[in-house]
Amino acid sequence: MTDETAKQTKQTELSERLAVLKRNKAFIVGAAILCFWALSAIFGKLIARYDQDFMDYEYINSAPSGKYWFGTDSNGRDVYSRVIIGSRIILVISFLATLLGAFLGASLGLAAGYLKGKFDMILMRILEAISAIPVIIIALLAVAAIGRSSSIITVLIIGFIFTPNVARTVRAAVLGESELEYVAAAKLRTEKTAHILFREILPNVLPTLIVEFTVRLGYAIFAVATLSFLGAGLEAGSPDWGTQVADTWSLIFTDVWWPTLFPSLAIASVAVSINLISDALLEVFEL
Amino acid sequence: MNTTPTLELRNLEVAYTVRGIDRQVLRDVSFSIAPGEAYGLVGESGCGKSTAAFAAMRYLPRNGKITKGSILFEGKDIVDINENEVAALRRSAISMVYQNPATALNPTIRIGKQIAEVFILSGASKSDAMAMAQAALTKVQISDPAQVMRRYAHQLSGGMAQRVVIAMALASNPRLLVMDEPTTGLDATVEAEVLDLVRELRRDTGTAVLFISHNLGVIRNMCDRVGVLYAGALVEQGATADLFNNPSHPYTVGLLRCIPRGGLHKSADRLDTIPGTPPALGTHFDGCVFSARCALVEDKCRTVQPQMVNVSDSHVARCFHSDKASAMPRSIEKIEIKSTSKRHSAIVGESLLNVSHLSKVFTQDGHRVRVINDVSLTLGVGETLGLVGESGSGKTTIAKLVLGLVAPEDGGIITLDGKGLAKTLNRRDVQDVGAMQIVFQNPDQALNRRHSVTRIVSRAVERLRGFNVSDALDRAHELLLGMRVEATLHSARPVQLSGGLKQRVAIARAFAGAPQIVLCDEPTSALDVSVQAAILNLLVDLQKQDQTSFIFISHDLGVVRYISDRIAVLYLGRVVEFGTSQRVFNGPFHPYTEALLSSVPNVDGTIRKRIPLTGVVPSPSNPPSGCVLNPRCPRKVGSGYESLCESEEPDLSEVEPGHFMRCHIPVAKLKQLQS
Repeated sequence: MTDETAKQTKQTELSERLAVLKRNKAFIVGAAILCFWALSAIFGKLIARYDQDFMDYEYINSAPSGKYWFGTDSNGRDVYSRVIIGSRIILVISFLATLLGAFLGASLGLAAGYLKGKFDMILMRILEAISAIPVIIIALLAVAAIGRSSSIITVLIIGFIFTPNVARTVRAAVLGESELEYVAAAKLRTEKTAHILFREILPNVLPTLIVEFTVRLGYAIFAVATLSFLGAGLEAGSPDWGTQVADTWSLIFTDVWWPTLFPSLAIASVAVSINLISDALLEVFEL
Repeated sequence: MNTTPTLELRNLEVAYTVRGIDRQVLRDVSFSIAPGEAYGLVGESGCGKSTAAFAAMRYLPRNGKITKGSILFEGKDIVDINENEVAALRRSAISMVYQNPATALNPTIRIGKQIAEVFILSGASKSDAMAMAQAALTKVQISDPAQVMRRYAHQLSGGMAQRVVIAMALASNPRLLVMDEPTTGLDATVEAEVLDLVRELRRDTGTAVLFISHNLGVIRNMCDRVGVLYAGALVEQGATADLFNNPSHPYTVGLLRCIPRGGLHKSADRLDTIPGTPPALGTHFDGCVFSARCALVEDKCRTVQPQMVNVSDSHVARCFHSDKASAMPRSIEKIEIKSTSKRHSAIVGESLLNVSHLSKVFTQDGHRVRVINDVSLTLGVGETLGLVGESGSGKTTIAKLVLGLVAPEDGGIITLDGKGLAKTLNRRDVQDVGAMQIVFQNPDQALNRRHSVTRIVSRAVERLRGFNVSDALDRAHELLLGMRVEATLHSARPVQLSGGLKQRVAIARAFAGAPQIVLCDEPTSALDVSVQAAILNLLVDLQKQDQTSFIFISHDLGVVRYISDRIAVLYLGRVVEFGTSQRVFNGPFHPYTEALLSSVPNVDGTIRKRIPLTGVVPSPSNPPSGCVLNPRCPRKVGSGYESLCESEEPDLSEVEPGHFMRCHIPVAKLKQLQS
């Protein structure tokens, strides 16, 4: 290829990849579902038909109907409205937890991959030890220790647990980058290590980090739902999906399936949508 | 006599579909290769050489298609044959040798089995195939083939891997062998051996060869006839000697003039360049494809496509002015560059950098490997010191040691302007760091692809000169313009620039701190010859203007000879010869230098006796006893110093004023042997 064409090809590389992404059906479906939930999380009050805590005593455990699309639960609350309102809690908590994990993981991964040697060895062993502990057990222990469940604790625990995975992925990318000569060039103009890590190397491993972020976000949704189902995630009584399932699942045996089914579907749809997006990103960015 | 050519391309046109648009890459290409003939295709990157080869193999990428013309293999059109027929053809009649042997071999399958597969495909039984594989390795002159059979690709040196690839290509007794840059990336000595092998095999088998290379010297030495491609069009074709002695297309003339060839030196000659840049893929031309860059261009050239005209019976050129081409005016861009830095006051030639007793030991799998052994060098103000040697000789490591990127062992001393430098970069002060900068080989890796061109340079100015942000930006623009990077490109990212422009940005960065010494680590080896010439001219201009000193690392001896004032020849981490460019290139030579020089294929066609270096470069973890060169030395046997060579390592001693050698054989004796 001529210099000229190489230049043109590379120039349009990113926009071309985005174009490929837009043609990717899995990405479109995933993005559409996630967009719906994101809108619900932001404009929940407008989309919901009733207040999430409004109890209609004439409609206890009533099946889906024109008045209550997804039916009502044993307190006569509208399942549809609670599912819509509940999206905000799970999305915000999952997002914050993943952000925390990505931040800690990226920092440690950058340092380990760049500094190498003993620091890298010891840090990676510690992270391996952490990733060997199951999320659920840590969360239950934390709740037991503190005496109550809270969303902040959930964010911290999930973020903490995700750190090793992110760190490992980022470290692998940094190992390759730090051998490249632009890093030597930065050293040759007396740059500090922090500048080299965050201004020189980080921008180049950002695609890897973004993909890892979406993968982790999918897991975070599950983790938050699981923890709140077990009563170790959020404050009791909150309208989040995990708690809803936990509060209602025993009614399935009395043929009242709707208060359990719809929040479960909501959890599954968010998790699936994020996985579709991260798969598409992985494919398009060839990571 | 059979007159059907083995391969014939007739008016072949190939297009690649890029983003939905067909872009023409081959324009009306016709040539033929007779049985037993070697046909060379030359041209710079992007001119369609590989596309022609892939088309001949029916191996175009998925977005490539033949839009017109025919490809005849032994008289049979293979443009429209189906997949099965293509497979049969590749199995029994056409083979290909690729550029990079390391990736052409499967890393997970033992060599023996890989070669045997070819025989099994053509119907041999498993046990026969293994025996045939071993015979094939013997044929390509691999020592100890039985042992090589059991190895994996990564356990072979580059030269050996390429021999294995050639063995596989020849396994099916092909009637046509397509070689796409088969020696690019190999050391000169290895390249010479592989080329010798190809020549011999061709004599023995009578296989027709389509030989593709950007290296005019290689083509001149390997081929019977040559075709020159530019922008997908065959612009000149002829018998090798005719074409090289009487180039008749301005492009061919330009290409030949770009090369720093025998005897040219920066002190007397500027290199010619080819102005402009090659056209983008799929550009439409009304007239001659080369008209935009041609020194002989007339109005007619832009509107009418020239036809091939006969220069002689065996030589055609697609040019209206083929008779005038070889007398074409020289194209020497002379430009005034604004001084890049404070002028260094020192006197040219005065000692600036002194490196003494530099050693480096790496620990590898628990073994201590001495990669650099007691290297001492000096560099004067405004001078260029060339470092040459095969890969693994320690050239780049020396650069890293001097820069402080890697710390030398105790005892190594680096002094700049009489002042001792700290061993590592982080203990040197800003002046010392800025005084020595580097231009790396690969600008794609050396420029941060997320930063703009301006930022890359201005940040260096900020850090090394202590300028504030806005002054640094001004200085960066000034520097970039000085390197002839247009202002419109300053906000671009490196990926948006061509290879030559990227290297100019890298040079601007190296000059940002007003350096006294710039190390150039193979700065032009990834570039086309016309771009290389422009970059070398730029470096020479910068040197003349600011008395900047260079340490110039290259495997291309022509380039080193052109740009260097002094040369150090390295072998296995040791300086084996050191002296002025004149002395080192004109002899008497160190036996290693002699072998190295004799292995370079010449563009001017003079035939030199090859002084072969036998065997491979020994591992630095287990160097031979005595002189490290002795197992491969072309002059040891019969010199009368055999036992000394094998038992004692010679010192670097001054054999003539200003000429140092590490050899037991007295210089008078060497002179006598070499005459």
